[in-house]
Amino acid sequence: MSAPTGGSAAAHSFLSRFEGLKSRLPGAAAPREAAAASFAAAGLPGRGLEAWKYTSLQPMADASFHEPFSLLAPCEELLALVPPPALALDAPRLVFRDGRLRADLSNPPDFFSSFSTAPELDADPRPLVALNTMLAEDGAVLDLPAGVDGGTLLLIHLASDLHGQPTAAHPRHIIRLGTGARLDLVEICVGTGCYLHNPVFRISLAANAALSHVRLQDESTAGFHLASIDVSAGAGALYDGFTFNAGSRLGRAETIATLAGPGARIHLDAAQLLRGRQHGDITTIIRHAAPHGASRQGVRHVLDGHARGVFAGRIEVARGAQKTDGYQMNQALLLSPDAEIDCKPELEIFADDVKCSHGATVGELDADQLFYLRARGVPAATARLMLIRAFLDDAIEGLEDPAVRATLAHVVDQRWSEPAL
Amino acid sequence: MSTLRIEGLHARIGDTEILHGIDLVVPAGEVHAIMGPNGSGKSTLSYVLSGRDGYEVTAGRALLGEQDLLAMEPEARAAAGLFLAFQYPVELPGVGNANFLRTALNAVRRARGEEELDAVRFLKLARAAMKSLAMADDMLKRQVNVGFSGGEKKRNEVLQMAILQPSLAILDETDSGLDIDALKIVADGVNALRGPQFSALVITHYQRLLDYIVPDRVHVLANGRIIRSGGPELAAELEAHGYAQIVAEAA
Repeated sequence: MSAPTGGSAAAHSFLSRFEGLKSRLPGAAAPREAAAASFAAAGLPGRGLEAWKYTSLQPMADASFHEPFSLLAPCEELLALVPPPALALDAPRLVFRDGRLRADLSNPPDFFSSFSTAPELDADPRPLVALNTMLAEDGAVLDLPAGVDGGTLLLIHLASDLHGQPTAAHPRHIIRLGTGARLDLVEICVGTGCYLHNPVFRISLAANAALSHVRLQDESTAGFHLASIDVSAGAGALYDGFTFNAGSRLGRAETIATLAGPGARIHLDAAQLLRGRQHGDITTIIRHAAPHGASRQGVRHVLDGHARGVFAGRIEVARGAQKTDGYQMNQALLLSPDAEIDCKPELEIFADDVKCSHGATVGELDADQLFYLRARGVPAATARLMLIRAFLDDAIEGLEDPAVRATLAHVVDQRWSEPAL
Repeated sequence: MSTLRIEGLHARIGDTEILHGIDLVVPAGEVHAIMGPNGSGKSTLSYVLSGRDGYEVTAGRALLGEQDLLAMEPEARAAAGLFLAFQYPVELPGVGNANFLRTALNAVRRARGEEELDAVRFLKLARAAMKSLAMADDMLKRQVNVGFSGGEKKRNEVLQMAILQPSLAILDETDSGLDIDALKIVADGVNALRGPQFSALVITHYQRLLDYIVPDRVHVLANGRIIRSGGPELAAELEAHGYAQIVAEAA
C-alpha cells in the first residue's frame, strides 16, 4: 500500500517527513498518527472550505518542504531582522529557529517549559492544526500560576530556507494563565527565503487573567505564515490581541476566541501593510458563550501594488450570552487600482439582549490631504508615508508599550522603503 | 528678488476654462489684493499657482523670480518660497501638528540647502511663533486641524507660514469664518512677515481684511480676467458700490 499523498506536492512532502521523523518525535504516537491520517485525507485546505474562500494555498502546493537542519545554524543575520526597538526590550526572551528552541539565544522566564519535554496534542481536525499536531517538535509552554504577573516576554521565531530549498516549521505554543495572572507577550516572526511557518497557539485564561498578545508577522516575502490561534477566556479575563502583518508572500492568522466565562473580554485588533503580490488573511471567530462579555475588533489594511487583504470576522452569540457587547470595524486603504480587499463580516446571534455592531470602509489616500502636505514642501513619497502611518497609527496607538509601538512603526518604515516584489 | 510674474495665464478644469488670460506682477516686498465676486476664478488662480491636480494650464506662464512655477511639483514650489494659506485647511487625522510642522520645515530647509532643525530647536522656533499668534502650546500636540475651530485652523495656517518663511504667500480667503479678534491676530501674523523679502497675494471677497493687511495694489478679478487694478482705495470703492458696476464697466 502506498502512503497517502494528501493531493499536493507540499502535502506529500509533509507526510513523507512525518514517516521519516515519527519515531523520533516527542510524546505519544497515537495523536500524531491520527493527525497524519486526517491530514492525508484532507490535504491542504482548499477554497471549497468556507474558511478558505478568499485564500488559496496554491502558491505553496507545488513546493516540497524540507526538514530544516538548524539546531546549530548561526542566527546572527536572522536576529538582525528583528526590529531594534524590540531587541532593546528589557524582558526575558525565547528564540525559536525553524520551530525549535534555541536555548543558546534564549533567557527563559521561570514559568517556561519546552513543549518537547511533555507534548500536549489534541484531535483538532482542521488541516493546518492537524499538520502541526503531526509534526510539532517544540514550542513554548507558558504556565503562569494564579496571581503571577509575568511582565513582558519576547517570543521570536526565526526561519530560513535551506540552500534554496523550502523548509517548514510547526511550533506548538501553549499558554495558560491562572486566576488573576498577567503576561505581555510580544511575538515577532522574521526570516529569509522560502519556508512555511505554521504555528499553533493554545491559550487559556482563568478568571480575571489578562494576556496581551502582540504578534508581528514580518516574515520573508518569499515565505508562508499560517497561524492557528485558539483562545478561551474565563470570567472577567482579558485577551488583548493585536496582529501586525507586514511580511510573507502569503500570511494568514486564524483566531478562534471563546468568551467562556461571564464578563470576559476579547480584543482582536489587527493591521496589515502589504505590497507587491503579498496576500494577508485575517480570519477570526469570536464566540460569546457567557453573558456580559465584550469583544472588540478593529482591523486596518494598507494595500499597495497587487496586494490582497482578507478579513473574515464572525461573531457568534450563544443563547445564554445576554448583555454581550460586540464591535467590529474593518477599514482598508487601497493605494493601487490592482490592490484588493475582501471583507466578510458575519453576526450569528441567538441571544435577545445584546449590542453588536460592525462596519467596513474602503478608500484611497485622500487627494486633498496629499496636496496639503505637498503644498507645505513635503515630498510626495514622504507625504504618502505620513498618511499611511497615520492610518495605521490609529490601530497601533492603543498599544500601551511605547517600545512595541516603536517596533511596529519601525517595520512600517522599513517595509515602505523597500522596493516591492 | 522673488517677483511673481504671471503672463497670459489660461487654465481650465475639464472642458471649462476658468482663467482667460491673467497678467499680474507682484514685486518682491509688496502685498497685492485680489478681489472679485464668487466664481470669478480667485481660488482657481491660487490652486494653479500652487500646483493642485485637476487644473490644466493651456497657455501662459508664472514665474517666481527666475523659477518657472508651473513646471514644478507642489513641494518644489513650496521649497522655492511659495506658500498657499488654504481657504479650507485640510484635517490630517493621526498626524500630529508638531510632526507635521517639523517635517514640512525640514523638507523645505533640505530643499533650500539649509541645515535641518532638531526637535529642540524646532520647538523653540514653533513656541515663539505660536506665542505671537496667541495660540495655546497644546496645539502642537493635537492632530493637524482635527477638531480645530475655524479661527484655530486659520491661525494654524499663519503659524505654518511664519515657520516656513515663504517669499510669496497666497492667502486664499483667509478671512472667511473669522471673527474680528481672530482676523486681527491673523493680520498681525501676516504683517509681521512683511519686508523686502516677502510678498503676498491676498485673495478676499471683502474689504474687511484689507483694513488690517493694507495692500500696495488691489486687482479686481471677474470672469477669469483682471478687469481693473488700483491702489488700496479701490477696495473701498468696491465695498461701497459692489462688484456689479465695475464688472459692467469692464464688459
